[in-house]
Formats: sequence, structure tokens, C-alpha cells
Amino acid sequence: MHTDCIIIGAGHSGLAMSRCLTECSVEHVVLERGEVANSWKRERWDSLHLLTPNWQTRLPGYAYAGNDPDGYMSVAELSGFLEQYAQHISAPLRLNTTVTAVTTVDDGYRVVTDRGTWQCNSLVIASGACNIARVPGIAESVPDSINMLTPQQYRNPDQLDSGGVLVVGASATGLQLAEEIHRSGRPVTLAVGEHLRLPRTYRGRDIQWWMDRLGIFEERFDEIDDINRGRNLPSPQLIGTPQRRSLDLNRLVIQGIELRGRLAGFADGKAQFSGSLANVCQLADLKMDRLLGRIDEYAREQELEQQIEPARRYPKTRVDPGATLLMDLQENDITTILWATGYRPDYAWLKVPVFDHKGRIRHHGGIVDHPGMYLLGAPLLRRRKSSFIHGAEDDAHDLSRHLASYLAAGVGNTDVAA
Amino acid sequence: MTDLNNAVNNGVNVEALLGARAALSEAPAAAAFKWRANCEWINGTHSRSTVQQFFGLGEDQNHRSEFTFDSDHPEIFASEDNGATPVELVLVGLAGCLTAGVAAVAQRRGIQLNSVSASLEAGMDIQGILGIDSDVRNGFEGIKVHFNIDADASADDIRALVAQSQKRSAVYDIVTNPTNVSVQVN
Repeated sequence: MHTDCIIIGAGHSGLAMSRCLTECSVEHVVLERGEVANSWKRERWDSLHLLTPNWQTRLPGYAYAGNDPDGYMSVAELSGFLEQYAQHISAPLRLNTTVTAVTTVDDGYRVVTDRGTWQCNSLVIASGACNIARVPGIAESVPDSINMLTPQQYRNPDQLDSGGVLVVGASATGLQLAEEIHRSGRPVTLAVGEHLRLPRTYRGRDIQWWMDRLGIFEERFDEIDDINRGRNLPSPQLIGTPQRRSLDLNRLVIQGIELRGRLAGFADGKAQFSGSLANVCQLADLKMDRLLGRIDEYAREQELEQQIEPARRYPKTRVDPGATLLMDLQENDITTILWATGYRPDYAWLKVPVFDHKGRIRHHGGIVDHPGMYLLGAPLLRRRKSSFIHGAEDDAHDLSRHLASYLAAGVGNTDVAA
Repeated sequence: MTDLNNAVNNGVNVEALLGARAALSEAPAAAAFKWRANCEWINGTHSRSTVQQFFGLGEDQNHRSEFTFDSDHPEIFASEDNGATPVELVLVGLAGCLTAGVAAVAQRRGIQLNSVSASLEAGMDIQGILGIDSDVRNGFEGIKVHFNIDADASADDIRALVAQSQKRSAVYDIVTNPTNVSVQVN
């Protein structure tokens, strides 16, 4: 089977690209190992809602049209949204088709799947940035008696036994799951490394609204000082609820969750935590205050003061300076460790030498270091918004134009303007 | 770099550091350093350590001269007090590392420093090292660092300087996180 372009993955990025390629009259198919929005349907926990408000949930030529623009979609609602989009754009889908290998051939790529082999002149990798839950190497020294799981396996607290839980990681995932598990009656300890603290709303507006207005989401990859740092930021401590409430460490402490520093290792059945908790909390507090300062300045310049709530600052994160750095898992009745330590993409099927020494795909704003190959949906791919649903539109637009001119110039001709 | 302010001079060559950072990102092997110290017992609790050679950028390197550090215990421990105690040298290392970091981060952020001083204090229950109570650890109960910084910046910007210095500090990492130590004899 042959086509001009193959898109791997029918999530929001792959669908957005399909729509843009159709606009450019590029013949293509979208290969999907499962169904549309597969990771959302099968690999996320029950209570998850998007961190972005509905008004921000939009794809090329399509947007949320419901009556709750300030709400946050559940996983089921988002899956439905993406399915409707796939129909709306008549995406050329090949569902339940798992790509097992991609290799180069003279005029492009050979894509081997469990349902036959394709040849194509160009390839778009839209298989997602969150395929495999990251678990740090120290997990190997966890005592055998402890159950371990990742957010990919976690669905709800009923899965867990009744013992205490050590949640490792203080991104949105770590905080949301720590709170949910603690509310189920299981005592939770949370290991906190570097993190990003943000209020859900500020001066009456969603924090995403402010960041949108400040132009933060539009910042380009080639204008950012430290791109590696930018591409590795954890997700901010946010949750999408009807109350539009904030989620921060102080709130968890009030509920009875114990905070510890970054998990450093295990020895003699004891977990060892870093003594850096106070500093990582101060870094996050100061960073949040800098953003709120920018928002206040913007509100003054734009003369929004009359329409919005007054400026304020939030209490500093309270850290117990005497918090113990060693925790005997058995004595503290910890029976489960939940690794909320991030995700990584799975490129095991990609047999083309495009990786750097850390296993990351070498690319320049999504144009992979190999003719006719493109990447979508990775953090800060082309813009800060690249990993957001609404970020797919501009990236897919730019890269589809590049891809179309690559095909038009004749395959193998790399002299295409970025 | 965009936010370098040339009018600011804290005596840190940030452009050289950034150049090194960029070069080492391309060649991670050159970033593998080895730091070395040698120690000779003199008498009693008095010993003398020297530092001169280290390894980095793929080859052996030398300090401009050999540096010498005497360590001993004070007279209340029935010692001769020929030098700082080893635990005080740990504080010296932390202070030097954090202060260097403050200067480098300030230069990078375009903040002119006028004065920086730090005082450090570490609590220790010596029942641990004396073997009186096995529930007491040998090392510090905790370390308190107090910085006094006069700089052309807001209080929050100065706090952020110090926080960033901790985040990037080797000695801060060494004292806040466990490190494998292997000791061999002869």
C-alpha cells in the first residue's frame, strides 16, 4: 500500500494534521493502534478532567460549542469531542492498526503494521508525548512487599489496599491523585521535588485566560532561552473542577497529607527524602508571584482594573522545617507507592537514526532531522502551547505547509524553507 | 543572550560559563569531572589535606597552586586546635558554593551585587559521634544559612537569586541528598 503521507496517531495532534493536509490536498492516512483518543480512553484515571477550560478546547476549524465555556472536559467528554472532530473532517482513519516498525526506503518510509505494510514519502509522528509512565531507577530498590503503580495503571482508590500510600511527584497528577487517595481514607505522604504552582483563577479569571492574554502560549521555541528546560517542565499544579478551585500543597497539608522532599532513594526499608523541600517550595512560590506580578501589570496597562477582582497574593507554601528525611515504610504502614513522575514517548518502533543521546527525536520546531519526517504534540515543539489541545492548530498548519512543499519539491530535496 | 546587562559587573564571566554549557551539551563526555583531595595524618586529631589536581574536559587539570587545609578538633576535645573541624569545613564548602552561585546567577540576571555575606550554623548532638546514644545520628541535625545581600534588586528578586543558587549548587545537593561512599584500604 502506498500513500504520500502517513500520520501515526489519531489523537488531537494527528487529527489536526489530517485536517491541514486535506486542506493542502496531500493524500494521507492516519494509522491508530486503537480508537480515536485511545490514550485518553484507556490509559487515564477515572476522575481526570482537562486542566484547560472548554473555551480553549479547539482544533482547526472546530471548537467547543457547549453552554459551559469555563468548565473543564472529563476524559469521556474529550474523547467524544475528538471523535466528532474525526467525523467532521472525514479523517482517513485506519483504526486498530499498530505500527511495529518504521524504516527508510529510497523515496521515503516503510511503515510496518500488524495489518499490512505501507510505503509513504513523508511521515508525521503524532503518537503522543505520554506513552509510557516514567519510573525512576530507585524503584528497583523498593522492598518487595510494597505495591507499585503508575498513573497509567491507576483508575481510582478502590484498586488499592487499605494501607498508606506514598505518592511521588508534585505535578498536577501527583497532587490530584494524592488528594483523591487521601480522601478515600488512605493516609498519603507526598514526595515533592521541583514543581510549578499556579492558582486556578486569579482576579476572577482562569489562569489560562491570563496566560493566553499575556501571549505566553505563543512564545516560540526559537525565542526561548533554555529550550531543554522549557521542554521538561512538569505540569502546573492545577485541577479542573466545577468549583474552579485551586490545588496546592498548603491545601493538601490542611487535609492531613504529609509532605516530604524529593524521594532520593531507599535503604534498609526506609525511604530517604531530600532536604531541599523548603527551597523547591520557595522557588515555586516566587515563580508564581512573578507571573501574578506580570498579570497585575498587564491589567493596569490594559485598564482592566474596573472589570476584575483586586490583586492579591497567596500564602507562602508552609513547610515543616523538622520534617523527617527518613521514613520506615513498614512502621508507617506504607503499602503502595504511586509514581507520578511523568511520562515519556515510546519510539521503539522508529528504526531511523533521529535520536539524540537522551533518546529524544532531533528536530527543529517539529521538522525532524530526516527528510520528510515531522513530529507533533511534543512539549514546546514550536510554541509553549504545542502540548496543549489548542496548540495543535498552529503547529499542524505550519508543518503541513512545510510537508506539502517538501512533497511538491520532489522527495529527497531538503531545500525547503522552515 | 538577551537578558545580560553589560553594566552589571559581579566579576563572573557568564558568557564563558554559557559557552561552556553549550559546548558540554554537545559533548557530554567532557562534562565528566573528578574532584580529588589527599590527606596526611599529622598527629592526634590533626591532619592536613591538599588539593591540586582534578580531572575534567577529558584530561587532568591543575589548580594554579596547591591548596592546603589543616583540620583538627578544638581544645575542649583535648585536641590542639590546629585547624577547623571537618564538619566546619563542610559548612565552608556549602557557604562557598552558595555564595559563588549567588554571584553567577546575579550576573546572569543583570543584578548588581554590592555586598554578600552569609553566616551558617549547624546543630549537632555529639552523643552520636561519642556513641552514647545510637538513636542520635553522627551528622548535622540541620543546617541554617543566613544571607545578607545588598543588591540593586527587589527583595523577591534577591530571594529568587538565593533560591536559584541552591537549586544549582553541588554542595547543597551533596548535603541534602544521599551519596554512595566507597572506602578501600591499601
